[in-house]
Amino acid sequence: MLEIKNLKASIGGTEILRGLSLNVGAGEIHAIMGPNGSGKSTLAQVIAGHADYEVLAGTVTYMGKNLLDLEPEERAREGIFLGFQYPVEIPGVNNAYLLKAAVNAKRKHQGLPEIDAFEFLKLAKEKMALLDMDPKLLNRGVNEGFSGGEKKRNEILQMAMLEPKLAILDETDSGLDIDALRAVAKGVNALRSPDRAIVLVTHYQRLLGYVEPDRVHVLSQGKIARSGDKTLALQLEEKGYDWVREAANG
Amino acid sequence: MAPDPDNIESLVSRRYEHGFVTDIAADTMPPGLDEDVVRAISARKNEPEFMLEWRLRAYRQWRDMQEPAWAHVHYPPIDFEAISYFSAPMSDDDRPKSLDEVDPKLLETYDKLGIPLHERARLAGVAVDAVFDSVSVATTFKEKLSEAGIIFCPFSEAVENHPELVKKYLGTVVPQRDNFYAALNSAVFSDGSFVYVPKGVRCPMELSTYFRINAANTGQFERTLIIADEGSYVSYLEGCTAPMRDENQLHAAVVELVALDNAEIKYSTVQNWYPGDENGKGGIYNFVTKRGDCRGANSKISWTQVETGSAITWKYPSCILRGDNSVGEFYSVAVANNYQQADTGTKMIHIGRNTSSTIVSKGISAGHAQNAYRGLVRVMPQADGARNHTQCDSLLIGKKCGAHTFPYMEIRNPGAKVEHEATTSKISANQLFYCRQRGLSEEDAVNMIVNGFCKEVFKELPMEFAVEAQALLNVSLEGAVG
Repeated sequence: MLEIKNLKASIGGTEILRGLSLNVGAGEIHAIMGPNGSGKSTLAQVIAGHADYEVLAGTVTYMGKNLLDLEPEERAREGIFLGFQYPVEIPGVNNAYLLKAAVNAKRKHQGLPEIDAFEFLKLAKEKMALLDMDPKLLNRGVNEGFSGGEKKRNEILQMAMLEPKLAILDETDSGLDIDALRAVAKGVNALRSPDRAIVLVTHYQRLLGYVEPDRVHVLSQGKIARSGDKTLALQLEEKGYDWVREAANG
Repeated sequence: MAPDPDNIESLVSRRYEHGFVTDIAADTMPPGLDEDVVRAISARKNEPEFMLEWRLRAYRQWRDMQEPAWAHVHYPPIDFEAISYFSAPMSDDDRPKSLDEVDPKLLETYDKLGIPLHERARLAGVAVDAVFDSVSVATTFKEKLSEAGIIFCPFSEAVENHPELVKKYLGTVVPQRDNFYAALNSAVFSDGSFVYVPKGVRCPMELSTYFRINAANTGQFERTLIIADEGSYVSYLEGCTAPMRDENQLHAAVVELVALDNAEIKYSTVQNWYPGDENGKGGIYNFVTKRGDCRGANSKISWTQVETGSAITWKYPSCILRGDNSVGEFYSVAVANNYQQADTGTKMIHIGRNTSSTIVSKGISAGHAQNAYRGLVRVMPQADGARNHTQCDSLLIGKKCGAHTFPYMEIRNPGAKVEHEATTSKISANQLFYCRQRGLSEEDAVNMIVNGFCKEVFKELPMEFAVEAQALLNVSLEGAVG
């Protein structure tokens, strides 16, 4: 589904990704771990198409298409979803309104009619119940005055409504209390399916206790330093990132 | 509905009765202004003596006045001797014969705004025979209104048929020498609307210039007077969302509202005069004086405006809260894009006891535009129990525009409660990226954020108007980002 080859990217003239390669297949869950500054978030932003990041070399192929040719909104409509590490507040814009606009943008792209207002509301409420979210959040401004946990749940709600083919969750677990972590994990697990890929960018192993990954990659200095199955995450927890760094340099 | 041929004929011929006759349609007075020009204007309109005297008094005062320079707008000096003060409407021969002859860009905009086909013709100034539909609508409306005893007619018609009302109220809210442009308007005003709602009558429909037959020709110096007698209610809509082109660069309108005891006037404006091109060339100078007088106890006047057009806007719809317990409201969205300049706001003058006022102003600046809010809240010593709440928000799109706020407060009663809240925000690159990552185009994202910002004002507009205003905002900000 997603094939990244020798990707090099920079922000503000500083090279962050230095020849990263990664394959993610349909139905798989990958965890990308690594210390601060190793390039985890940069990878997520480059896949989503953030204009501040410059791609210097390499290729990114998504469902057979050159992803780097597409505008951010085209990538989204083609089924790529990024759960933001710091979801932005948009005061005055109703949360439900954005959600509905997003669902309809995708439906339009697929040649489907706009979603019926009642159907939309019913669906949104169902998903919110699953995530243990207060239905009132639907009528607030987008992320406006939301707590950290509410913001992250709102990201998962958007993901659940948009049903992406490839979801990248950028540190969705950071700063969550245990209840919120469980709710988020429940949301992610509910989306597990043979034709969907999920990439979890995370600092810690604790989310992986709830969402079991097929593959775990450790990033160091803009490259994948080590890949393995879920036991790699446990090893990391035990030995720390220095272990990977030393292994990579050695 | 099929148009009734008799009605059309009578309506069309009435146009000719009141001055705009085909044989004078071609002529325009030579540029310049003196007493003779004022006399000539009055004569062409067959005005009674009192009206001529009134105009002359205004002219003499105007002659000694100075153009105001305090507004936060910049433009080359206006040569008032180079303006022609009476131009008859374009004759049908000079107009496009059909929509095929109209600028395709204009038609494209109509399309985006969802303007019905038969109205496009009228708006684009196509010769009159294409306009039968709206004429018949206007006829039906007029009948309904006269049943209720409501007078709704062109100003010149009111001067002729209801001189006692005109004499009693004209200039009592905006005096002739109120300001430079009001004095000029008083001397040379062309036409406008007149509304009188009798005691206890609730006007059964929104009154709109849209349906007034010769609305298209009121032009440069428009004069509007609305009187709501005791216990009455009226909602008036001015302008329309379609872009209006006009050969006259200077527009100086005056609007006066009078609300007597327990009466309420709701006045909504959508202003979309030609703003000039992307480089700031051309465009209308819109210097308007609008004021409402809550003359009676428990009266209420509410201004709602969506201002997207004009190269320069200078406009402060105000309320004089004279009656005890009277209420004034001002809800405004002002958009300035490219090189547009807007200096707009309101004045709330609290005189009666327990008067209250609400101001909600939303200014949006994009491109190289400058947008200023200027507001005055004045509480007089006798105005016990006065309350005001002001909320003044600015939204910036891009790096080269500016937002300015000039709030003035003059509080002379120690018991007054006055609150002022202000915010300035910017559409951030992160907000746009967030929306785009959810599948929205950049333009849709901007529109969504802008409409969210304006929500509080849009909900004050009559329903269909609100939908149109939203579409208009989107068109006005096209290309504002990126």
